[in-house]
Amino acid sequence: MIPTNAPALAPLIFLFAALIIPLAAFKVRRLAWVLAIAAAAAAAAVSVWNIFRVLESGTFHYRFGGWPPPLGIEYVLDPLSAFITAVINLTALVVLVHSHLTVAAELPERKHVPYYALVMLMMSGFNGIVLTGDFFNLYVFLEIASLALYGLIAVGDRKSPVAAFRYLVIGMVGGGFYLLGVGFLYINSGSLNMADLKAILPAVGAGPEIIVALCFMVLGFGIKMALFPLHGWLPDAYTYAPTATSSLMAPIGTKIGAYGLLRVLFFVFGVNFVTRTVPLAQVVSWLAAAGILYGSIMAMAQDELKRMLAFSSIAQVGYIGLGIGLANSLGLLGAVLHVLNHGLMKACLFLVAGNFRLRLGHSRIRALDSGARRRMPWTSAAFTLAALSMIGLPPTVGFFSKWYLALGTIRNRSWVFLAVILASSLLNAVYFFRVIERLYLRPALRDNEGREAEGRTEAAPSMLLPTLVLAASLIVIGLLNAVIVNGLLVRFLPPGLEIVFP
Amino acid sequence: MRDFLVGHYFYWFIFLLMTIGLAGIILKRNLIKKVIGMSILQVAIILFFVASASKWDATVPILDPALGAADVTKYINPLPHCLMLTAIVVGVATSGVAFALIIMIWRRFRTLDENELLEKLKHDPD
Repeated sequence: MIPTNAPALAPLIFLFAALIIPLAAFKVRRLAWVLAIAAAAAAAAVSVWNIFRVLESGTFHYRFGGWPPPLGIEYVLDPLSAFITAVINLTALVVLVHSHLTVAAELPERKHVPYYALVMLMMSGFNGIVLTGDFFNLYVFLEIASLALYGLIAVGDRKSPVAAFRYLVIGMVGGGFYLLGVGFLYINSGSLNMADLKAILPAVGAGPEIIVALCFMVLGFGIKMALFPLHGWLPDAYTYAPTATSSLMAPIGTKIGAYGLLRVLFFVFGVNFVTRTVPLAQVVSWLAAAGILYGSIMAMAQDELKRMLAFSSIAQVGYIGLGIGLANSLGLLGAVLHVLNHGLMKACLFLVAGNFRLRLGHSRIRALDSGARRRMPWTSAAFTLAALSMIGLPPTVGFFSKWYLALGTIRNRSWVFLAVILASSLLNAVYFFRVIERLYLRPALRDNEGREAEGRTEAAPSMLLPTLVLAASLIVIGLLNAVIVNGLLVRFLPPGLEIVFP
Repeated sequence: MRDFLVGHYFYWFIFLLMTIGLAGIILKRNLIKKVIGMSILQVAIILFFVASASKWDATVPILDPALGAADVTKYINPLPHCLMLTAIVVGVATSGVAFALIIMIWRRFRTLDENELLEKLKHDPD
């Protein structure tokens, strides 16, 4: 029974966990975290297992209620969705392990249980977005995830409700635009199923309604993935949200928008449509390139570590957008590989920021010095490794996705984008070495009594372990990237862009 | 041209409603008025779907023995209505969350005016 239902399992596990957690943890609050971990572990196991099943026997279709696709809702487990669900569920599992102490420290006790329930709801939405094969179902999951996310942001710092409200307004407009695009598409084609639409669209042709539909959908996903200049909600939301929220939404949230963009552009409309008929892919790539430079430059000016990471996220999402916009096989490989890489790197960096906040009481860059490093050597080491990966030094993962992106720009002969990638690597180096230099070289400040803060106050094991696991994975996956790319990623490439590696 | 304008008259009004909603979100300084703008935008999208389902000389999509089930032009399309039921629920939930956030903002900053709020945030220590 389980094998045939596997595509629907991951979102449903999270959905049921979201319902069970408030009931089960009514008396015993500690249960909330345990149940959340159990659900995340189960979903991660299912989605990793799904990867192997997809590799073995190809794409799976799951029909809800047994209704055949154009009428009913269909879940599609293909190499791309299997890969993305595995990435988000594994990241969520690691971050949730870490979240136990930060949630306990940052949130009042009565909010712990609803917090974990909302995390589960958000993950259910994200998994649903990735797995569904139906455009309207995607909208519903998009809103489920977003609504949960607004709540998760609003429980943070004093200013977090304002950030959450701004995100809510912008996010609602983004969702509305997406829905409008779906409406135009439905009116002109009579279908909401992605595979069905792909077959119908060539016959419908490139009328103005179809072009408007595509533009609205791209706009909607652009807002959700914080594509420049639609990123206005992101910096405040990441900065003021609780550590657990920002380390969940930074690696996972924006990638879902990127995934939606990829699905719509290449798997429904097709490469020819989005590059020749309507040059939307080019628009996306130029916006992404602007976002890369903007995010990197703004990141250099920030004093708060979380805010710097937020601007860095805008830049990194730009890499993914650039890879999508290049619309060639190498660019897409780079983009999807960067979804994995940036997920791991950003999760690791936000966990480090959380460790600093809990142990040092702050995460201001200007207040970091070698005293902080002496107190938290492992956390600092993890930060350094993740920072090197962000800059793109081999053999860390960050190098390989940038390598594919750079090859993609060369294949398109878009030298401007190649220059942007190289320049932004330098800018990355500038703003990360600013922190690394402080951690390793700046002499420790003495406190009021003239003595250095002594002793190691490294983060607790439940926080340190996830951070180190993520940091180690940066090297391991970097070394294994050929396996992932050749074994899995080349198989997702949309029709018209397939490649076979020698 | 005249056909285009008159034949799509319903969509022109929806377009107008949508513009009013977006203008409310962008131009109004009061957070509650922004939420009102959001609701107007949502209603415009809902009407867009519902309007797309209608047909001339067609009836509600409930099987009528006199009309039979063979001729689909006798019934309007029920699917957009079903979709919009979900969208209405989503809209209500969004407004609810928005109002909850507004209450939080009011309790902390004692203002709902965007300019005042930004001013207070600037001077507010983290």
